[in-house]
Amino acid sequence: MQDCTFFTRKEILRLHGRYHELAPHLVPMDYTNDPECKLPLALIVNMPELKENPFRNRIVESFSEDGMGNLSFNEFVDMFSVLSEMAPRELKAIYAFKIYDFNVDNYLCKEDLEKTLNKLTKEELTPEEVELVCEKSIEEADLDGDNKLSFADFENMITRAPDFLSTFHIRI
Amino acid sequence: TPGGWTSNLTSWGKRERVQEEKKRERERERETGGEGEFSFGSHFFPSISSSSSDDDEESMSEGEMAALKEEVEEKKKLIATLRNKPWRMQRRLIQLKEAQEFVEKFEGALGKGKGRKWYAYKVMMTKKLIKFKRDFENFKTACIPWERKIKEVESHFGSSVASYFIFLRWMYGLNLVLFGFMFGLVVLPEILMGLPYGSLPRKTVPREEQATAMDYAVLFDFNGYCKYSFLFYGFYNSDRMIGVLKFRLPLSYLLVGVGIFGYSLMVVIRTMARNANEGGDGAEEGQFTFSWKMFTSWDYLIGNPETADNKYASITTSFKESIVDEQENQKDENIHLRRFLRVLANFLILCSLGGSGFLIYFVVKRSQDFAERDNDELSWFEKNEVEFVMSLLGLVCPPLFETIAELEDYHPRIALKWQLGRIFALFLGNLYTFLFALFDEVTAKLEKEKSIKNETIWALNAYYANYSSFYNTTDVPPPDVHPADVIRGPCWETGVGIEFVKLIVSDMQVTYLTILIGDFVRAVIVRFLNYCWCWDLEAGFPSYGEFDISGNVLGLIFNQGMIWMGAFYAPGLVGLNVLRLLTSMYYQCWAVMSCNVPHERVFKASRSNNFYMGLLLLVLFLSLLPVVYTIMTLPPSFDCGPFSGQEKMYDVVMETIENDLPSFIGNIFTYATNPGLIMPAVLLMVLAIYYLNAVSKGYQQANLDLKRKMQMARDEEKNRRNNKDSTNQVMKDLEALLPNKSLIPPPTEEDELESSKSPKIKPGAVANGKGVNLQKEVSLAASNPRGPVTRAPGPRGGNARGPQPGPEKGRGRSSNPPLKL
Repeated sequence: MQDCTFFTRKEILRLHGRYHELAPHLVPMDYTNDPECKLPLALIVNMPELKENPFRNRIVESFSEDGMGNLSFNEFVDMFSVLSEMAPRELKAIYAFKIYDFNVDNYLCKEDLEKTLNKLTKEELTPEEVELVCEKSIEEADLDGDNKLSFADFENMITRAPDFLSTFHIRI
Repeated sequence: TPGGWTSNLTSWGKRERVQEEKKRERERERETGGEGEFSFGSHFFPSISSSSSDDDEESMSEGEMAALKEEVEEKKKLIATLRNKPWRMQRRLIQLKEAQEFVEKFEGALGKGKGRKWYAYKVMMTKKLIKFKRDFENFKTACIPWERKIKEVESHFGSSVASYFIFLRWMYGLNLVLFGFMFGLVVLPEILMGLPYGSLPRKTVPREEQATAMDYAVLFDFNGYCKYSFLFYGFYNSDRMIGVLKFRLPLSYLLVGVGIFGYSLMVVIRTMARNANEGGDGAEEGQFTFSWKMFTSWDYLIGNPETADNKYASITTSFKESIVDEQENQKDENIHLRRFLRVLANFLILCSLGGSGFLIYFVVKRSQDFAERDNDELSWFEKNEVEFVMSLLGLVCPPLFETIAELEDYHPRIALKWQLGRIFALFLGNLYTFLFALFDEVTAKLEKEKSIKNETIWALNAYYANYSSFYNTTDVPPPDVHPADVIRGPCWETGVGIEFVKLIVSDMQVTYLTILIGDFVRAVIVRFLNYCWCWDLEAGFPSYGEFDISGNVLGLIFNQGMIWMGAFYAPGLVGLNVLRLLTSMYYQCWAVMSCNVPHERVFKASRSNNFYMGLLLLVLFLSLLPVVYTIMTLPPSFDCGPFSGQEKMYDVVMETIENDLPSFIGNIFTYATNPGLIMPAVLLMVLAIYYLNAVSKGYQQANLDLKRKMQMARDEEKNRRNNKDSTNQVMKDLEALLPNKSLIPPPTEEDELESSKSPKIKPGAVANGKGVNLQKEVSLAASNPRGPVTRAPGPRGGNARGPQPGPEKGRGRSSNPPLKL
C-alpha cells in the first residue's frame, strides 16, 4: 500500500490508529477477513484537523466512493495522502476542483462559487457583493467562455497561485 | 510480495493473493493447452506458440523479447507513478497487484538466454536497493523531531508562522551535521589523542591569570580556563601527527574549516532546487485576484476555533477591500509630493544606516583602548560595549525603518520588501563594520606578536649561551620552564574567536530578553491591567503582539552567518549554536502559543520559499570571504593553534602533499596550479556561463511564445463562442488596408488551419483588458506563416496568418471562392 500513497509505513499505521479511535467498536484492528467497514461522514468531520474547515463536508464527500461521505480505510488514507505536503500540484488541483464543485456536475458554475464564498465569509457579505465577486472570478478564470469553470480553466488558474500548495495542506 | 509489509495488516496481501490465484486459473482455462509460464495476455503476442518450457531460447525471438521488456518497463513506471494518479484507492491497489505480478513473472522470463544469471542477479539487487531505500526513508521520517509542536503552531497561527519554525528545524539539522564534523574530526582527536591541559604553554593559563581563572565573571567573558580550552583555536597543537593512529590534526582542522562551507553550500542549493518548483508558473499581478482569493485563501491547516474566526474575518475584510478597489479608481494623488516624500524617507534611512555603522566602528575602537587598560577597572558595560551596541541597533532600527516607511505609502507587499531589504542592509553593514574593526585589532596584535617573538628567541638564545658557557657542553637540554611561565604571544585567532562567541551569546540574550519583555510581559500587562484601565488595552494601543516572521527569519539567517564566520576560530561555536537553536525552538514555541495572536493580514514577501534561501546563500558567500582571506593572507600566530610555525595556514596542505602523498600527485598539483593552465580553465568557464545564459534566454523566449500562442487560441475560442468579432488588432488593420471592402468576397472557412496551427501573432485584446500592452509587439514581418504558402493570400481568413473570423460572417461567405489578388 505504501506504493499507492505518499505516506511511509509508520504513517499508514498511525493513520490506522486514528481511524480506529474514531469508532473503536466498528473498526477492527485486524483486516484478515477484509471487512467492508465504512465510517459515516459525521464521525470523520469531527476530527480535530477537519473540525474548523468550512469545506469539511465536501472534502469527505469527494473522497468517498458513494458520494455520501462514508469512508473506508483506503479512502481515509487516500484523503490524507492527497492533502499531505508530498502530493504534487496537479493531483491536488484535481481534488480541489472536486471539493469546490458542490453540485457535482464537473463544472464550477455560479452557484458553486456562491456557496464557496458564503462558506468562506460566513455569509458576512451582502448579496450584491457576493454577486460581484463570483462574476469577477468567472471572468478571470473562464477561458472557453461558457460562463462556468471547467477543470481546464480551474487548473490553469490554480496552478499559478503561489499559495495553493501551502494552504491546500493538512498535516496529520 | 515485494514491499516489506509485515504488520497485522499483512492480511491485505492475502486477500489480493487469493484474487490473483483466481485470475491465474481463469487465464489458464482460457489458454488452450498453453504452458502457464507464457500465457500472458493474448492481445500482446498472439503469435506465441505454446511450446514446452525446455525449448525456451528458441520460442522468444528478439522482437518479442524487446516488446516484452518494454512492457515490463511500462509496468514498472506505472508502479512508480501510481500514487500520483487520481484514482480511487481500491483501483490503485488492484492495479498495483497486477503490475507487480506481471513484472515478477516476466522479469525472470526475460533473463533467459545469454547472461541469465547476471540478469537475475541484477534484478535481485535492484529490488534489494529499492527495499533498502524505502526503509531508509521510513527511518528518516521517524527521526524528524517536533512534528507535534509544529502542527500545534500551524493549527493556531496558519502556515506562514509555522514556516519560521520549519526553517528553524531545518537550520537545527544543518548545524547538527556541522557539529558532527567539527566535533568528530577536530575536537575529539585533540582531546583524546593530543596532549592534555597543562602540558604545553598554549594549553595552560598563564601564571598571571591563574588567580582569577576560575572566577565566574572571567569565565563568562570567555577568558580564564575557557580561553585555554578546546573551545578556541589556540588550544590545538601543531604536531603534524598525533596519537597512535597518526591523525593529522592541522590538515584535518583546515579541511573541516573549509568543508563546513562546502557542505552548507551544497545543502542550501539542494533545498533551493527543491523549492524552485513550488513557485508555480508566474502569472501577472492582478490577473486572478478574485479567483485566488476564493480558492486559496482558506488555510486548511487551521484547527483552532479562535484562529478560524480570525481567518473568516480577515478573508471577509480582504474581499471587501478588493471589491472597493475594483469599484472605484485610484484617486489622483499628487505625484510630486509622493516622490519627494519617498526620496526623503530613503535619505533618512541611509543616514541612520551610516550612523549605525559609524557607531559600531567607534565602539570597537574604544574597546581596543579598553583592552589596554587593566581588566578590573572596567565596568561590565564597558567590557561588553560592542556586543551590547550591536544588539541594540538590531533591535531599535527595524521599527525606526518601519515608521519612516510610513512616509512612502506603498502597497503592503512592496513595503514589506523594502523593509526586509533595509533590515538586511543594516545587518550586513553592522557585520562588516564589526569585521573591519576586528581586522584592525588583528593587525595590531600581529605587530605586537613580532616583538614578543623576538623577545622569546632572544631569551632562548641567552639561556643556551649561559648553559653552554656554564657547563661547557654543546648538548643543551631544553629549558625547564613551567608552561605557565612562558612568555605568550597574543594569539589573534583566539581573540577573534572570543569576539564572535561573545557576539553570539549577547545576541541570544538580547533576543530572549526581547521576547520576554516585548511579548510575555506585554501580554501579562494587557491581560491583567485591562480590568482597571480607561481604554481597552486588548483592542487598543498595546494589545497582544503578533509574531514578526520576517524579523525572526532574518535574525536566524544572520546568526548562521556569524557562526559560519566564527567556526574556524572557535570550534566550540558550532556546538554552542546547536544548543542555542534547541532552546530557541522550545522557548519560541512556548512564547508564540502563550503570548501572540494570529496576524490580521498576511503578506508573503515573495512567491516561493526561495527568497529566504537566497538570502541564506548570499550570507554564506559573504561569511566565506573573511575566512578565506585570513587563511590565504594572514600569517598564523607563532605559538598557538594548529598552524603555528607555518608561514601561511594553507602550507599544511602543501606539506602533506609533499610528504605524505606519492610524488606524482605532487607533480599533478604543480601542473594544475600553473597559470598557463588556470587561465584557459577560467576562460572556458566564462564561455560556458555565457553559452548557458544564451540557451536559457532562448528557452525563456520559447516559453513566452508558447504562452502567447495558448492565450491566443483561447481568446479566439472564447470570441467564437460569444459570437464576437475577432479581436485581433492585426486582422482589423489588415482589413482596413484593403482597397474596397464591398468588392471582397467572403473567405472560405479554414477549420483545419485554425485548429492545427496558431500563428505567432499575439492577439489584440485579451479578456482581462490588458491586451493593449501586448499589441506593441505584434509585427507583420516577424511572424512566419505556418500554413501552406502556396495559396495566394486571400482576404480576411484567407491565409494561414489569419485567425478564424466570426462564425456568422464566415458561414455567410463560405460559398464563394477566395479572390486571387
